[in-house]
Amino acid sequence: MKLYRQLGTSLGVIFVLILAGKMALPLVFSNNSLWLTTITLCVFLGVALFTYGQYAGESKGIKNNNVWFDGVSARGVLGWTMAILLTAFYVMLYWFPEYLGKATDQSGNWGIIALFDPLSYFFKGKPASEWFMYGTLYTIFILSLGIKFIVKYRHNRYQLVRTVVVMVSQLFLAYLIPEILAGLNYNDAVDAQGTYAGWYDTDIKNVWPLDYDFFNDWHLDAMQADAYQPLGMTYLFWGLLLFLVVTPLLTYFLGKRWYCSWICGCGGLAETAGDSFRQLSSKSTTSWKIERWMIHTVMVLVFIMTLVTLYGYFFEVYDVFGLSIYHWFQKPYGFLIGAAFSGVVGVGFYPVMGNRVWCRFGCPMAGYMGIIQRFKSKFRITVNGGQCISCGNCSTYCEQGIDVRSYAQRGQNVVRASCVGCGVCAAVCPRGVLKLENGPEEGRIKQNTVLIGADLDYLDK
Amino acid sequence: MAGIVIIGNGVSGITTARHIRKNGGTQSITVISSETKYFYSRTSLMYIYMGHMKLEHTQPYENDFWAKNNIDLVFDHVNEIDFSGKQLKMKSGSGIKYDKLVLAVGSKPNKFGWPGQDLNGVQGLYSYQDLQLMEENTQGIKHAVLVGGGLIGVEMAEMLRTRGVDVTFLVRESHFWGNVLPKQDAELIGDHMTRDHHVDLRLNTELGEILNDGNGKVKGVKTKDGEIIDCQFVGLSAGVSPNVGFLKNTELEIDRGILVTRLLETNMSDVYALGDCAQFKEPSVGRRPLEQVWYTGRMMGEALGKTLAGKPTEYKPGVWFNSAKFFDIEYQTYGEVRSVVPEGKSEFYWQHDSEDVAIHLVFDSLEFKFVGINTFGIRLRHELFDRWLREGQSVMYVLEHMKDANFDPEFYRTYEQEVADAFNKEFNKNVTVKAKSWKRILFGA
Repeated sequence: MKLYRQLGTSLGVIFVLILAGKMALPLVFSNNSLWLTTITLCVFLGVALFTYGQYAGESKGIKNNNVWFDGVSARGVLGWTMAILLTAFYVMLYWFPEYLGKATDQSGNWGIIALFDPLSYFFKGKPASEWFMYGTLYTIFILSLGIKFIVKYRHNRYQLVRTVVVMVSQLFLAYLIPEILAGLNYNDAVDAQGTYAGWYDTDIKNVWPLDYDFFNDWHLDAMQADAYQPLGMTYLFWGLLLFLVVTPLLTYFLGKRWYCSWICGCGGLAETAGDSFRQLSSKSTTSWKIERWMIHTVMVLVFIMTLVTLYGYFFEVYDVFGLSIYHWFQKPYGFLIGAAFSGVVGVGFYPVMGNRVWCRFGCPMAGYMGIIQRFKSKFRITVNGGQCISCGNCSTYCEQGIDVRSYAQRGQNVVRASCVGCGVCAAVCPRGVLKLENGPEEGRIKQNTVLIGADLDYLDK
Repeated sequence: MAGIVIIGNGVSGITTARHIRKNGGTQSITVISSETKYFYSRTSLMYIYMGHMKLEHTQPYENDFWAKNNIDLVFDHVNEIDFSGKQLKMKSGSGIKYDKLVLAVGSKPNKFGWPGQDLNGVQGLYSYQDLQLMEENTQGIKHAVLVGGGLIGVEMAEMLRTRGVDVTFLVRESHFWGNVLPKQDAELIGDHMTRDHHVDLRLNTELGEILNDGNGKVKGVKTKDGEIIDCQFVGLSAGVSPNVGFLKNTELEIDRGILVTRLLETNMSDVYALGDCAQFKEPSVGRRPLEQVWYTGRMMGEALGKTLAGKPTEYKPGVWFNSAKFFDIEYQTYGEVRSVVPEGKSEFYWQHDSEDVAIHLVFDSLEFKFVGINTFGIRLRHELFDRWLREGQSVMYVLEHMKDANFDPEFYRTYEQEVADAFNKEFNKNVTVKAKSWKRILFGA
């Protein structure tokens, strides 16, 4: 069994080596189709072997054995190495794509990005961009590690259903449909007059304010471009409807989990590829305080940035109060929040700070839904009477850093803005104390001063 | 001011301290322990060994909680108590004075005088020190023998299996946890341990002696039937007894545990005892004089905290409940399910064909009044069973409303109607399961 795990890990290392080799020795790795197939197989086969080695001999049930002894999941050397590699990858992706192989002249892509050219030609008849490369890898990791997650939690139907939905959402909504639409010239295309008609986001679940540049002029213009109709306008109306109507409604009925841990791409990666790191999130009250300040600050910033952007768009001006909208609002937000926070820190720091750094401290969409979830929703994690033994599994494995135990041991339902409803606290609880459910708002937050089990006289009336 | 001094920072002692503050008590509070500086959850020792958590994760409160609540922690050991001088003699040499003393000193793993029981590599699992010792004792070993079929035994089996250690489990009774679980339930657990976790479960097998390798270390055990089993580790899990050795030969009245009234008072004024170490002079109806589980320790702490804050409150446990996890099978119980069905009571047992899911109901034979339930692989709402047992509902009522009580995660398969059908067939009834009603769950009726 250990051998299978080692083989799996080795294939992961080979994956990294091929990518490095592609950068350093382009002549050796000149056949892009071959090496793209190879790295894809490396990932799927590697994960499959690792999963087999880890869970094949084990009965179904919670198996967090050795999590805190292992270098990857307990901030060991391997964990830190992964964090550095991931961070470096994101820095290059956002700010120096030419180092990943993005074409700088007529000679075309090279390096890692060139690997994805054949697939990009297949979908839309043009070379890969760094975002096509990233989207493909992203999907590969959600799918492969999603399978690992399913095997790990195969006893738990909530996790099963949720993970299948997360994987399908990524594969179809975020990846295949947008690429096919582009292939059909409904996006990123040149119109009949020969001018570029622009690019807009065709992932129907990527919603403002997570999709912070939805209201930017180039995005609004692209959606209205003649070449893309009627699809472009449909996306524009859907985007508004999703933010204004669908999100509050679904969050009221289901909690923000319908988005964060069921269909969101960031959440999808966190739940699948990031599952090994969920225990690394800080549970201290200090980090809770920081979280509340940060996430709501980002939310306010995106509101301001967007209002200013819309003002500029409708009044056709480039400045507000003498400040350039692009240089003072859009660019800093995109740089600091869009790239540095959600990408570099959000994923690069998985092995150090846990898999939900962005979702917990930064995501404005999570902030928006969190307010609804906290104050006007049917969702709660019900705490089961007096059955809690304070063991700490729930808190330890909460990726959002919620100290679930502090609620469970005092018999109080968990109603928290940050809960993404992944359901892992309920899964790891050895005593059946926690249940995610949607119920009446009345009695949603209850607290027993004395837990059930003792005489009712104990209750302070 | 000497104030209240609590010896023991387990769940009983800590709950007492917290509830003194919760109920407005302003006396100074000192909690003494020589086990760990900060309160941790004893129930999760196994998870530290298995790598699910580290010690810090098992601590339910942040370290600054104690100062914030004005509770002093002393990491030291009480060697002796001078009851007349109201003073504790500490291992460090210092003395601590008290106005009121709370003994929450817990229990110790039982050793029944087996030859070889003090060899190296033979131990129970109760304290953090035991866990550290177990870590040391099980390094690189191949085979372990566990003695006594209780909860600690199955935990130790699970722990050892994660390290690839082969486990032989000696159980004196004809089925696992025989003094608590009915036979069907125990067999479900036994099968799971054997089939899915490769534990070599030996029922009706008693330990004869533990064998010395010549250097004071265990090399095997010999059963009463004379069979020799090689092993490098012996885990003792034949229950626990109150940790009262250091209190013997004092004026404190002790039987098996420290004798207490329902108010948790001992025979000495201003001295209280609770939790694992306490023994009720007059237990409540249907309860045992010693109650040594997490929940009862906590509930005693809730009562004593109130008393010490000036609102005298008796320990009056309500409906019995408990829970455990046997490897992958979760177990919950509400009310009274005995290992053998008592006179005048009937039972109904249902088990899934292929999954480790079962339900065991006990009820009055004539009136069908519901008495208790065990479930395996099914989670139930504590509040509802507490309510139904207090209300004296019938077993038919319980089956009819099982959808209200189900507490499994969403999308789980549930078996309410299947269970009811099996019951109807066996007892010639016609229970139809009702759809889940939030109104009934939250507000009764």
